[in-house]
Amino acid sequence: MTERVYMKGNEALAYGALKSKLNAYFAYPITPSTEIPETLAKEFGNKEYPDFKVFLQAASELEAVNMVLGAAASGVRAMTATSSPGFSLKQEALSYAAGMELPLLVVNVNRGGPGLGNIAPEQSDYFQMTKGGGHGGYHLIVLAPNSVQEMASFPKIAFDLAFKYRNPACIAGDAFTGQLKEDIIFPTIEPTDYDVSNWAATGAKGRGPHILNSMNLDPEVHAKHVTHLDEKYKTIERNEVRYETYLTDDAEIVIAAFGITSRICKSIVNKFRHEGAKIGLFRPITLWPFPYEEVRKLTKHAKRFLVVELNTGQMVEDIRLGSEGRAGVDFFGRVGGLLPTEREIEDKIAEEAN
Amino acid sequence: MSLTAQEPSLEGYRKKLGKLEALTDKPTHYCQGCEHGELTRLIANAIENLGIRERTVMIDSVGCSVLAFDYFNVDHIQSPHGRAPAIATGLKRVRPDLAVYTVQGDGDTLAIGLLEVMYAAIRGEPISVFLVNNAIYGMTGGQMAPTTIQGQVTTTTPYGRDVGFTGAPVDGSKLISAIDGSAYVKRVSLAVSELETPKGKTYSIKNILEAKQAIENAFKVQLMGGFTFVECLSSCWVNWKLPIMEAKRFVNERLVKQYPLGTYKDKFGIEKK
Repeated sequence: MTERVYMKGNEALAYGALKSKLNAYFAYPITPSTEIPETLAKEFGNKEYPDFKVFLQAASELEAVNMVLGAAASGVRAMTATSSPGFSLKQEALSYAAGMELPLLVVNVNRGGPGLGNIAPEQSDYFQMTKGGGHGGYHLIVLAPNSVQEMASFPKIAFDLAFKYRNPACIAGDAFTGQLKEDIIFPTIEPTDYDVSNWAATGAKGRGPHILNSMNLDPEVHAKHVTHLDEKYKTIERNEVRYETYLTDDAEIVIAAFGITSRICKSIVNKFRHEGAKIGLFRPITLWPFPYEEVRKLTKHAKRFLVVELNTGQMVEDIRLGSEGRAGVDFFGRVGGLLPTEREIEDKIAEEAN
Repeated sequence: MSLTAQEPSLEGYRKKLGKLEALTDKPTHYCQGCEHGELTRLIANAIENLGIRERTVMIDSVGCSVLAFDYFNVDHIQSPHGRAPAIATGLKRVRPDLAVYTVQGDGDTLAIGLLEVMYAAIRGEPISVFLVNNAIYGMTGGQMAPTTIQGQVTTTTPYGRDVGFTGAPVDGSKLISAIDGSAYVKRVSLAVSELETPKGKTYSIKNILEAKQAIENAFKVQLMGGFTFVECLSSCWVNWKLPIMEAKRFVNERLVKQYPLGTYKDKFGIEKK
């Protein structure tokens, strides 16, 4: 069934999660992510979503994310959403979840930082989301939607990846993708069934105990555990990289952008192409695992990358790593909730070309 | 509960202890004389008596009980420091058919995790929190706990705790029982006491039998749908730097004055049933 709807990104994400058989949502309000719990609270009890059994507002971000851990440990689809200052508070639990190998979903609708910052869009949590964020060495699987359409379809992808690898997943939205209202055809979502019988904590009936634990006092045992996690991350890096390329086959200039900025950059590519420039767009969809290999391949034609982000330069480091010095890497950023105008980016391209 | 006229003896009690299915075969890492061992046994006993082992999940907290997943033969979920009641909430909400319990220290419950335990009580989550109050941070080597008493020497109060400076000790049972949502709150002592008999010195396990009943009651009330909290006064002779029996005497003579034993709340009247 296809359904034409006009809704905010945050609302679309909530419905996308419901249609992916979301079982439990634990809430703590924070702007600009709050429409997600509000939408879910409204739909709680709706017979259209019989799997949606628990909606609970917690007393803190810490409580909410730890409730997600407890629910996820039983093998159900559990999630929470937050925004930057709240995402910082999630880090402790996410480190534990990674260590315990719990599949769960945390949505971060990125706003201005550091500190309280503001409630306007930024992409400045890129490092925190993609490089671990909490203590110890681990990764979240991070997906960055750039439209209301993708806010709707990504929860199912995130849950699939989380359960496939028993790893926490994160959807990296921002105040634009969350607050933006668009006219979309709501995607058809076919929920996957996951087998959790060999690890979930559901009571040791007719089997030995399932122990979800991240601690091993014996260094040799812990080294084995961390190595196992690392091997898993390498498998994810090999198999789950997602990206979008637009007119990059012969592109000598490649604009790299994720999330909302990739959409602005696409229209710039169209405009320059019109004028005959060999320019294309590279858009990582998984921010982790990062598509390093594809960046390297692009350097076959690309002489320069222009990385455009709503921060002072974070993904640009990964583009540099991926390009391995084979192409120049320039950066253009806007912060504080300002969005770069097409004109500004065009000027930047022209300036670097001279 | 009824006690026989003759005080039950430690030897008799030990003989009665058989192999419990709710326990693994692994020896615990707890220090000799530490009441964590008693508590482990009593919880396993309650699980077994109620026949709920196959639907019980323990949330393992951070502190001396951090290795409990090695000892209880049930499913386990580890928790970050202080967050065990939140993890328990998440699990219990999606699986109300399970029995869920935590074993937490005084720092875990009443310092870093005070919000989590209070809100679990406020919401009346049907879980059991077993608080081991030994008035000190045991695992980290003897620092001031929220329950350290006035004048008590710890490594972070080397000249004795000055409550005028640090604030007064936290009374967990009083605090939790004052919350509308809690159903069963009880404070017990896990320390055996010395007993003079005509035959000579022996040990009374009256405290332990009381604790045993309280722990079983907690599980029962949880299964009836109430939030339950059993605070277990315990010793920590290693960090208190006292001989074992002197430490136990300190629990039963000094700590009980700060933290009086008894039933602080029994909403469902489980003790009368």
